[in-house]
Amino acid sequence: MAVPVAAAAFGQPFWVNAATRIVIYGLAAMSLDLIVGYGAMVSFGHAAFFALGGYTAAILLTNGIDSALVTWPSATFASALLAAAVGALSLRTSGVYFIMITLAFGQMVYYATVALKMFGGTDGLPVPVRSVLPLIDLRDATTFYAACCVLLVAFFILASRLVESRFGMVVRGAAESERRLTALGFPVARYRLVAFVISGAAAGLAGALWADFSRFVSPDMASWTRSGEFLVMVILGGMGSLAGGLYGAAVLTGFESLFSGFTEHWMLVLGVMLILIVLFAKRGIYGVLAGRSHD
Amino acid sequence: MTEPLLQVRGLCKAFGALVVTDKLDFDLAAGETLAIIGPNGAGKTTLVAQLAGDVRPDSGAIAFGGRSIVRESADARARLGIARSFQITTIVPSFTAEDNVALAVQGRTATAMRFWQPARADADLRAPARAALERVGLAARANVRASDLSHGEARVLEVAMALACEPVLLLLDEPMAGMGHDESLAMIALLRTIKTEATMILIEHDMEAVAQLADRVMVLVGGRAVASGAYDDVRRDPVVRDAYLGES
Repeated sequence: MAVPVAAAAFGQPFWVNAATRIVIYGLAAMSLDLIVGYGAMVSFGHAAFFALGGYTAAILLTNGIDSALVTWPSATFASALLAAAVGALSLRTSGVYFIMITLAFGQMVYYATVALKMFGGTDGLPVPVRSVLPLIDLRDATTFYAACCVLLVAFFILASRLVESRFGMVVRGAAESERRLTALGFPVARYRLVAFVISGAAAGLAGALWADFSRFVSPDMASWTRSGEFLVMVILGGMGSLAGGLYGAAVLTGFESLFSGFTEHWMLVLGVMLILIVLFAKRGIYGVLAGRSHD
Repeated sequence: MTEPLLQVRGLCKAFGALVVTDKLDFDLAAGETLAIIGPNGAGKTTLVAQLAGDVRPDSGAIAFGGRSIVRESADARARLGIARSFQITTIVPSFTAEDNVALAVQGRTATAMRFWQPARADADLRAPARAALERVGLAARANVRASDLSHGEARVLEVAMALACEPVLLLLDEPMAGMGHDESLAMIALLRTIKTEATMILIEHDMEAVAQLADRVMVLVGGRAVASGAYDDVRRDPVVRDAYLGES
């Protein structure tokens, strides 16, 4: 998974920017894969956590608090809290109802960002400065990109350990047979909620990075199409692979810049690709890259 | 005489107009194996579901080890030592046989969530899991995905998982369902060894198995216990012959 990270590391600003976008979206998609791919919790409101993280960082930055050691953890924590509340209510349902209720929560956050005029309303909120770290110059594009990579890799390692841990086995087992896990004595709802909170927290961090990167947050970050894009990234990249989230983000972002120059209807190409993936390569790009040996 | 392990009093459950458990009273002594037989729709599975906590009774009391468990959730009851197998095999299909049993060991031993150490390298889980597989004769299939096991093997795996929970009370819902003759005999032999260690409630249609395993038989018809006693006595009971055995 280091390949796309390293490939565009140094060079023209255009590529550094594109790669940074991919890494930030990749982090959000990877966090979503943790619950979708391993826990069968298909959240259609993941953009809410991304947006809350972004707004949290943006609000701190506009108020003169610019240390990344404050903005990033605050964003992560705020989204974790939101995820705890959303999860506690949503996880009473499953399947289609879970998709719908997370979508509804996502829309609530979206309309909150639209309605709150003090944070820019529909116009969004410009971020005056990027977060700073001691000794590391985040205002340099390449350095910022490297910092995003470090956070992505850190989350990747954390999530990889998580899914193979005792905790992960319970969440994965419950995705396939909730009855069995309950009969073995596991409080399944509690395990799912913890996974949901970890996932939301990481999406919040991605949102904070996005605020730093684009120097702008807007309701668009919370829109349901954004949630849909994260899901597409996960499915495209390969559910239940973690690294797939990054691949999906790369392909989606790449497609957008590649085809949107030719046609407004680049989504059409994506649609066809998504259908092919769902029909023929269930494990997505990750599955194709990793080979089919273990299936 | 000591207090019974399980006490059921006035248990009632209806789905709409259909009464599936009708003022049921029974006790189960520690170490006893109770077979529940009865025609289809007699409420056997729903009774087990109420004992396990999957289905909430409309009224009545269930005491386990002297404390009321009627309000406890299914997972809490499992942690008290009630393990079960389901009528339809219920395991984690994409996990290996050993992963499945290790999960059962984890459910018994661990209360706190652990996030970092790889579970598959955890000897505290793996050693008891392998021992349980060894005991039921599935050791050679430990690394096979549960979905690739034969029907009979999957049934045995489910029993291995229940065993790995080191249960106080084992609820088995037709463990031999869909098994071939030889597999059934092997399962009976296995359950005979387990019966000495745990208190058991066994729902079974196979009369051979009931005769060999049960200390006591309870006949359910329409949610009511129409007879209860030793297998031979129950078999001769005219009410039972009429309601159940007589039809075959």
